[in-house]
Amino acid sequence: MMWLIGALVFWIVAWAVNARLANGSQSDTLALRIVIPLLFGLTLLVLWEGLVRGLGVSQVILPAPSQIAKTFASSTDILWVDVMQTVFKGALRGFLIGAIAAFVVAILIDRSAFLTRGLLPIGNFVAALPIVGIAPILVNWFGFDWQSKAAVVVVMVFFPILVNTVQGLRETDAMQRDLMRTYAAGYFQTLLKLRLPAALPFVFNGLKIATTLALIGAIVAEYFGSPTRGMGFRISTGVGSLEIDLVWAEIAVSALVGSAFYGLVALLEQRMTFWHPSRRG
Amino acid sequence: MRNVIPVLTVLALLAGLWWAAVAPMNIRPALDQVERSGGTVVPEGSVQRRDVSVWRLMLDNREHVAIGYDLKRPRLPTPSQVGQEMWKTTGEMALKGRAWSKRSLIYHSWVTLRSTLWGFLLGTTIGILGAVAITYSRVTSKSLMPWAIISQTIPIVALAPMIIVVSNQVGIEGRGVPKAIISAYLCYFPVLVSMVRGLGSPRPSELDLLKTYNASGGQSFWKLRLPASLPYLFTSLKVGIAAALVGTIVGELPTGAISGLGARILIGDQFGTPLAIWSALFMAAILAGLLVTLVDGTQRITLRRMGFRS
Repeated sequence: MMWLIGALVFWIVAWAVNARLANGSQSDTLALRIVIPLLFGLTLLVLWEGLVRGLGVSQVILPAPSQIAKTFASSTDILWVDVMQTVFKGALRGFLIGAIAAFVVAILIDRSAFLTRGLLPIGNFVAALPIVGIAPILVNWFGFDWQSKAAVVVVMVFFPILVNTVQGLRETDAMQRDLMRTYAAGYFQTLLKLRLPAALPFVFNGLKIATTLALIGAIVAEYFGSPTRGMGFRISTGVGSLEIDLVWAEIAVSALVGSAFYGLVALLEQRMTFWHPSRRG
Repeated sequence: MRNVIPVLTVLALLAGLWWAAVAPMNIRPALDQVERSGGTVVPEGSVQRRDVSVWRLMLDNREHVAIGYDLKRPRLPTPSQVGQEMWKTTGEMALKGRAWSKRSLIYHSWVTLRSTLWGFLLGTTIGILGAVAITYSRVTSKSLMPWAIISQTIPIVALAPMIIVVSNQVGIEGRGVPKAIISAYLCYFPVLVSMVRGLGSPRPSELDLLKTYNASGGQSFWKLRLPASLPYLFTSLKVGIAAALVGTIVGELPTGAISGLGARILIGDQFGTPLAIWSALFMAAILAGLLVTLVDGTQRITLRRMGFRS
């Protein structure tokens, strides 16, 4: 009971503090923009901890955050092996191959207006499909190790990046292209100096969507067969053998990796599209 | 409409590529089958063939390449094989009056569709309510929005088995609810983001006008903000319903479900029947197309009747 009341009180107090901070005059400073959501996240964790302890929820159903943190700290070696297998071998390689392939295809397709018009609707449609479903087929084709995971990731990230790049390449207006022509710029010069930079915000949009898809693809593919390591493997066997705290530790790792991956791409975007009107304002 | 011919051309190109890829993909199982039934194959024994490239095999066994287009368990089925399998498990069974049999794809599509729609409803509701809260309260906006973004960078599939375990323990029977939760998780985000933008889309002068009418906060919400946000809402609903379908299928995949399109994929994998996987995949694509078209149609009709110019 104490735990429940304590968590509830903490929640109310934290919310009141947040309300003070958010409605105060300083609320737009960088520090507060970070502190407020952090405090909110902390509240959720405390509430979770309080509910689990207060209601006496069994370890097997939902472990408390403190328990998960303990497991996390004591099994970093397992978690690291899994991250190596799933993220660095599967997801990252697949992401790179898929992104490069999509980029090259987009530039090739872009030369033909006819193909572009045909491909955009199809690509848009395919990008919305549950492509993860091909995971068992690709595991069957490429074997259990990371190659099949990378293959799933390639297929999953290909279409969003392709569609966004093709759309981005059409972003320049006639005036800008005419200007390049008055400079006597050829196709490649126009592409390199005008159209690719103009397409960058779109490309990055596709890349950001693809970061999440890459992790999803690599993890799901491991449910269909993997060597005895990897995040998906650990999660599916952990659920079976009731090592729920380890599963939650893996989930925490996947959340961290997912956010870090996304953050890296977003950071790269900031560095490369600093000139764009949407960033200057 | 002017896109029809290019789209058809690209589709034909893709189908052609697929059809051409069947030969190299299936040459090994095809040669194994020929050898088992007593035919002569150039490097004898499938172990010896493992080191020979598929192109070499195709060149040396030209007369057997066609077998690869008619295998029972192909590595890559032909488009027509997939089409036939789909017809066998949908139209043909419906004609025999067994549309709701556990082996028909219509039944499995319905199971998936039901969860998708529940997840869509749940996700859209959460998205809209969240957007309203974010628009009207600075605290919520500041503390919730970053987490909404972070929530989408977390691979939901990692959570999917846990959601099912927890909801089983809590005493929820069946897999409908956990699947709907997973698809709501994927679906709420686009709705939330678009609605925040949509609810904020009226210009200050428009809001001021309502203030001169002495309109209350509720009135300005129902009469100005909400109608103004509808184009944004519908655009996000199209993304959302496709995401909800992805979520449902992801929810069915890793969890040992027995009905639904994702379960068909899972079972097809366990029993080594690739045709079942492929037809379930294409069924999912058709379902996604239908759902998006439906939302698109609703959008056109609603917006036209409300006087938006498209």
